[in-house]
Amino acid sequence: MDEPERRTVLKALVATLAGLSTGALETPEAAASTASESWTTQTLEAFADTLIPGERRFPGDMVVAGAVTGPGAVQAGVVGLLQSPRLPVAPLLPAIAALLDARAVAYAAVRLIWLSPARPPFVGLPFSDRTALVAGLFDPDDLDRPVWQVMSLLVGLAFDTAAPQDTAEALAQGHPGLTWLRFPEPGPDGLWRFPDFSYGRPLAVLHPDTTASGSPA
Amino acid sequence: MTAQTTDVLVIGSGFGGAIPAYYLAAGGARVTVLERGPRASAADFTQSMRLGTYNKIVDVVQGDGVAVVAGNCVGGGSVVYFAASLRAPSFVFERHGGLGRRLWPAALTRAALDPWYDRVEEALPVTRTDWPDVSYAGGVLAAACHRAGHTCNPVPVAVDTSTCTNCNWMLSGCRFDAKRSLLLNYLPAAEAHGADIRPLHEVQTVVPSPLSGFRYAVGYTVLDPDDYGCTAQAGVIHAKVVVLAAGAVGTPVILRRSAPFLGGVPAAVGRYFSGNGDRVSVADVDERKARSLLGLSRPDGTAYEGLPVGRPITAATYDHLDPAAPEYSRFTLQQIYFPPLTNLLAQSGGSPAWFGVGKRDMRARWRSWLTLLAMTEDDNEGTFGAVPPTGGFIRLAPGLGQGTMTYHPTSRTRRAWDRADTALRDIMEKDGLSRVLPWSEDVADTVTAHPLGSARIGDDPATSALTDGNELRGHSGLFVTDGAAVPTSLTVNPSLTIAALAERAVAGIAGRAADAGVALRRDVPLPGR
Repeated sequence: MDEPERRTVLKALVATLAGLSTGALETPEAAASTASESWTTQTLEAFADTLIPGERRFPGDMVVAGAVTGPGAVQAGVVGLLQSPRLPVAPLLPAIAALLDARAVAYAAVRLIWLSPARPPFVGLPFSDRTALVAGLFDPDDLDRPVWQVMSLLVGLAFDTAAPQDTAEALAQGHPGLTWLRFPEPGPDGLWRFPDFSYGRPLAVLHPDTTASGSPA
Repeated sequence: MTAQTTDVLVIGSGFGGAIPAYYLAAGGARVTVLERGPRASAADFTQSMRLGTYNKIVDVVQGDGVAVVAGNCVGGGSVVYFAASLRAPSFVFERHGGLGRRLWPAALTRAALDPWYDRVEEALPVTRTDWPDVSYAGGVLAAACHRAGHTCNPVPVAVDTSTCTNCNWMLSGCRFDAKRSLLLNYLPAAEAHGADIRPLHEVQTVVPSPLSGFRYAVGYTVLDPDDYGCTAQAGVIHAKVVVLAAGAVGTPVILRRSAPFLGGVPAAVGRYFSGNGDRVSVADVDERKARSLLGLSRPDGTAYEGLPVGRPITAATYDHLDPAAPEYSRFTLQQIYFPPLTNLLAQSGGSPAWFGVGKRDMRARWRSWLTLLAMTEDDNEGTFGAVPPTGGFIRLAPGLGQGTMTYHPTSRTRRAWDRADTALRDIMEKDGLSRVLPWSEDVADTVTAHPLGSARIGDDPATSALTDGNELRGHSGLFVTDGAAVPTSLTVNPSLTIAALAERAVAGIAGRAADAGVALRRDVPLPGR
């Protein structure tokens, strides 16, 4: 990717965060259900699945590598979220996916890995190779590292925080990521309080040089 | 049109700004406070990770090699911090750093600062906590310390523990007003004395004022509350005294942007930036070992599984703060909680370190993580580059910015981190209690919530931007009182020290105001008294 284009992609990616902030987005589940199976979609889903793997959605699913059982980033809706036509990043996703696919072609070429022309190159890589390729994207000298850093942030926010949704609502709807973490449920009024929070007994000797307020002397 | 004027203009409303604002207003000066963030209160602080909530009041500013977490609201960092309120150990004031000679001003020692610490502890107020206040997570650290032959202390906090619900949502602001943020003490007290606090006012420049009787003219833009990248209007306020407290990321940028108009600023502005030596690690705790080795169990029968429960900071060990030990070997180890926003940064061991199957498996044990913060002696090696067009950084989205600071840790800082990592492993990995892994630097480089030192106090004009009274060298009546003024990393959370230094600076600020003809009352009491 050349420099101006890289900057454009970065700006669009972060504008995606701005779009999320306004709440102008469907829930990830809803968005995911309408996502098309284009090459771009498949590539981005495979990227997200490499970061936070999940189980295959159907027998023969080649995009989700099926490295594990249970939910991953795809189930948490990250790619559907990115592809919402209401987000400004949508027009640039093909460029990001193409960048990743180009890296996949180069990766495969030097390792004599055969890639099927019927699938995006990144999707064609075995899971272990996807993993090795993605690790290399974060090399401090990699020019496109900021793009992958922001993409990773979005993947993480989708799975770990249900970013477009209120946390209590997401939990009530069984958000796959929050459920995987076993994020605690709020009380009946939707607020978190923990009346039981402490072992309640001395567990160590205090430092001998402690001030009256509890600071180091 | 009449020019806007004030006696004292304060830029920023965190600890560095709120404290002078109160004393000068209570003393009788006309005080105006410009704050770049919005104003929010308990009812606005939602317990939610939905984008559009917390990221309106907290910024992550990504620089080259460092990411800084900073408050962005009236009350500044005090609204979103974790309220740990510790005095810096005595040896910190004797630090030499990479320069090889004492960095703090000769007039400043721990003993000299103690009276000012006393005032802040009374004003907030700070609560000395005890074991019943220590969360399960803090309890695991304490029990592990004890078993490894170390002491461990409950951490004093600026929290009313009788009303705290231990909900662990402090980063989003305190829904229950249990956290003693500046919204509950210095700021309302300042307003009661007439101070005018203006949210969403982002200062761009400080230049000499052409108005007779006024030293500085401060240019600002007013930000759209729904999109901080949009400017609604601009303005200028003329002031007799200016107190710059825009945070260690904002302050040096404003000064450098203003330098051509001010006839230059000291070379140390925008240099010597420190991340307080912050180093975050995750201990993946073995629940069975927590029970068998530490003898811990909760009322529901689990041993730990308490990461999301409690206050973010409740326990710390001071055992590695030996004043006789060499520099870069001393640190505090502290239990801390971050919401899952940061889960991406946690390593899982193996390869790849921070993503993939192993990391997903580790996420399933999230409740058994123990997150830990080491605050070490770094080298003040950060610098600021080209000044962005507006503000302190380029806004990419609410809560996300591209900063111009560079921080590449020196071998000394790396050594300090390594020592803290080793000590942490000795405590937390003893007999397989847990696996300790520092946060990955692949995704966000070094992360700090404690930016310091970008316009520091000192006696040497070559390496300090400010006099020991926090006045910018060569610019009478222009003061810096935020974390930028703190000359070294502190080995503890810096809020109490920033506040104590601001308390100490008030007399000098009042003196300059008096020089400019502002009649001030003396002996102003603590806020609310």
